[in-house]
Amino acid sequence: MAYSEKLLEHYENPRNVGSLDKNAQDVGTGLVGAPACGDVMKLQIRVNEQGVIEDAKFKTFGCGSAIASSSLATEWIKGKTLDEAEQIKNTQIAQQLALPPVKIHCSVLAEDAIKAAVADYRAKHARKDETAPQAAQ
Amino acid sequence: MTPQRAIYLDHNATAPVLPDVAAAVAGALELGGNPSSVHRFGRASRQAVDRARAAVAALVGVPGTWVVFTSGGTEANNLALTGVAAGRVLVSAIEHDSVLRAAPDAVRVAVDRNGVVDLAALDASLAQHGGDRALVSLMLANNETGVIQPVAEAAAIAHRRGALLHCDAVQAAGRIAIDMGALGADLLTLSAHKLGGPTGAGALAVRDGVQVTAMLRGGGQESWRRAGTENVAGIVGFGVAAEAAQQGLARMADIAALRDEIERGIRDIAPQAPIYGSAARRIANTTCVGMPGVKGETQVMAFDLAGIAVSAGAACSSGKVAPSAVLGAMGAGASAAAEAIRVSLGRGNTAEEAKRFVAEWKTLYDRTRRLKAA
Amino acid sequence: MVANGTTAAEKLNGDNRPKLPIYLDYQATTPCDPRVVEAMLPYFTEKFGNPHSRNHVYGWEAEDAVETARKQVASIIGADEKEVIFTSGATESNNLALKGVARFYKDKKNHLVTVATEHKCVLDSMRHLEEEGFKVTYLPVRKDGLLDLELLKGAITDKTVLVSVMAANNEIGVVQPLAEIGEICRARGVFFHTDAAQAVGKIPIDVKKMKIDLLSISGHKIYGPKGIGALYVGRKPRVRLQALITGGGQERGMRSGTLPTPLCVGLGAACAVAEKEMGAEAERLRMLRDRFYRQIKERLPDVYLNGDLEHRLPGNLNLSFAYVEGEGLMMGIKDLCVSSGSACTSASLEPSYVLRALGVEEDLAHTSLRIGFGRFTTEQDVDYAVEHIVSAVKRLRELSPLWEMAQEGIDIKSIQWTGH
Repeated sequence: MAYSEKLLEHYENPRNVGSLDKNAQDVGTGLVGAPACGDVMKLQIRVNEQGVIEDAKFKTFGCGSAIASSSLATEWIKGKTLDEAEQIKNTQIAQQLALPPVKIHCSVLAEDAIKAAVADYRAKHARKDETAPQAAQ
Repeated sequence: MTPQRAIYLDHNATAPVLPDVAAAVAGALELGGNPSSVHRFGRASRQAVDRARAAVAALVGVPGTWVVFTSGGTEANNLALTGVAAGRVLVSAIEHDSVLRAAPDAVRVAVDRNGVVDLAALDASLAQHGGDRALVSLMLANNETGVIQPVAEAAAIAHRRGALLHCDAVQAAGRIAIDMGALGADLLTLSAHKLGGPTGAGALAVRDGVQVTAMLRGGGQESWRRAGTENVAGIVGFGVAAEAAQQGLARMADIAALRDEIERGIRDIAPQAPIYGSAARRIANTTCVGMPGVKGETQVMAFDLAGIAVSAGAACSSGKVAPSAVLGAMGAGASAAAEAIRVSLGRGNTAEEAKRFVAEWKTLYDRTRRLKAA
Repeated sequence: MVANGTTAAEKLNGDNRPKLPIYLDYQATTPCDPRVVEAMLPYFTEKFGNPHSRNHVYGWEAEDAVETARKQVASIIGADEKEVIFTSGATESNNLALKGVARFYKDKKNHLVTVATEHKCVLDSMRHLEEEGFKVTYLPVRKDGLLDLELLKGAITDKTVLVSVMAANNEIGVVQPLAEIGEICRARGVFFHTDAAQAVGKIPIDVKKMKIDLLSISGHKIYGPKGIGALYVGRKPRVRLQALITGGGQERGMRSGTLPTPLCVGLGAACAVAEKEMGAEAERLRMLRDRFYRQIKERLPDVYLNGDLEHRLPGNLNLSFAYVEGEGLMMGIKDLCVSSGSACTSASLEPSYVLRALGVEEDLAHTSLRIGFGRFTTEQDVDYAVEHIVSAVKRLRELSPLWEMAQEGIDIKSIQWTGH
């Protein structure tokens, strides 16, 4: 299997490795995959009051493609609104990293991780909003 | 001790490895990796195998994905005949043992006096036995006589009757141009060591869409059609030999001239000596000739003493010299068949060697006649 | 072995720095020993005869070479040369042994016994036989990878024709108790086949003492060429089998096809070298392996050895580096050629069935590497490999959410994983 320069670069120098406080109100956490399947991605976002992703962090257990996919995902979502972040498609990630066919699932996982982090953030705020229903929608 | 180099006229048994092939094989033996390994040693081996696959495929004008590497022609023939789920199998009466034994219940289609399969008989046989998806196996050139079979015509008949066609092209490859598409063959067998490659490597080319069930099971090598770690060095040598064979086709006319020289010489000595299949189209390098009154085995021994390597019957019979079934199928009597030897030429042979062979043939023939007369 | 223009043999004569990349995948395949190559080369060129051409000097010369090789192969397993047939490799040998025996005796017996950790080609041959109507018992192994002999005894019935247990496992290197298994099988009148592709030339094997009836050998696992193998078929008691590849009737009718003289010569030479050097080599490899394992354990927590250490090939380790996925780790140590899972299946991403059979949890199975030491491995190679693996594992653990959870005391099993 030959890997692209871009993929190897992300694997060697992953961006945004680390963790944010998962209990913080402005943090959304996505934890996808399973150890038994050989990949787990944890992707976290910190969202400001304008709904823009100010910071993103990840940790990944998985192959080089999984690590590179999640690294790239954090790079892309920074500065995007939640809605924009949700628009990112796995095919874009796969294309950017030139993932071989057997590794496409890594990009799917990265897309899932973004969606899960956004959903977690929204869920937190929906709970908060339940106490103030007029702010909903 | 290395024996003295003799004149080698047994290229249909095995051909000497070409110098380029030997060098490539020696180089590839140093390629340590297992082609299934993902690290760089493995990838280097995989690339070498893939390059060879393209070269072998090109020799018969097919895409590389059609080529399944095997341990040789015998395995490839076995894979074709046992791996295709066929209703009935039909083979010509002059097929190689690796076809005949792999399909012991096959219907045998007769050949004519010239050693050419009887197409009308094939058609009739298919009409009778065909039914659901029969498999016809017909060689492209016979190993004993060199007679070229009408494979394209047979394939057309087979397809019209809903059958598949397998072609054992082991002896034809490198001696005549082969286009698997033009032949219409659905499966085609090749062997490396008959065309200047190493022993231990062969291939079955399988047309897209033809299902072949693996005989050797295990790893998923060769697209699940043949398990086992690839014979990397052998396959690399096969690839180089295939390329050289393609280029060597131009020189077949020279080899034909040598063969004709030999046959002319023998006819001058003994006009009644039978040359089997000479009325048919043959590959350029082979002549199968009888010496009246002298057993083939005796001839082979006498030639060996004179420093010339030829054969009686096929080498595969593991030393058992049985009367040739091929000549029998062509209508030769048992005693005539037992007097035939096969002379098969190769790139290295010279006009001088051809002359020496004819001279030895004459010596032996004259001696026998003197003994008989006395 | 050539990669970037360096042969493994040259490393032995080089300076103290190891030549990169370092090959540590000796269970996938071994480089051809230069002595073996040297023995083979003349048979590609001037000695090119067909060994079955019985009527001229080219053929005799080839036949002599093949018969010498056959003796060399027989010698390393304590067999008679008449009991050795050449094949295209261990995959063919295993296919032939299992299908050949089962089909030959099918009118009398219809049951075979094997083990869950066998090589794929044994398991796939067994499945093939099941499709043909044979019954097959797949025995489990203990946590250490060894077969429980009581289970074996219990599995054999009057209908059992053959038991197939590999000598040494390709992934975990665990060596099965061959002599005991041979004893059990002989006592019950059942043929004993062993896939010894990984074991021959690495550990002593004697087919007579161990009461082995069929044994598979691979050329390229013992520093010989690829494309050649052998099957030992015992004559006392006589084992009969139905050929898989038919045609010219070579190899006493058990395996047709022109014998590849240079490859046979290569296998013979590889056996001769191995027989002579096996003792010293095993000691050296055990020393290298222990040196590696000791350093890894000292420097990294949460590393687990898969398979028993004592009953094991001297050159094999299979380690789980918890919380670090194996393929990701391999990418981080790209100067080291190792394998995650077995080479034949490493294109698929399934965790190793061998490790699963040992009861290794799937998450841990995903973190395992097979590290194989061999004839051309040096101490410098080992030390370099340790450095690289330690630093890569540390780096990847910093990247691993599972490692983070473990440090926080979160039980990974308590989490509802989504899977995908």
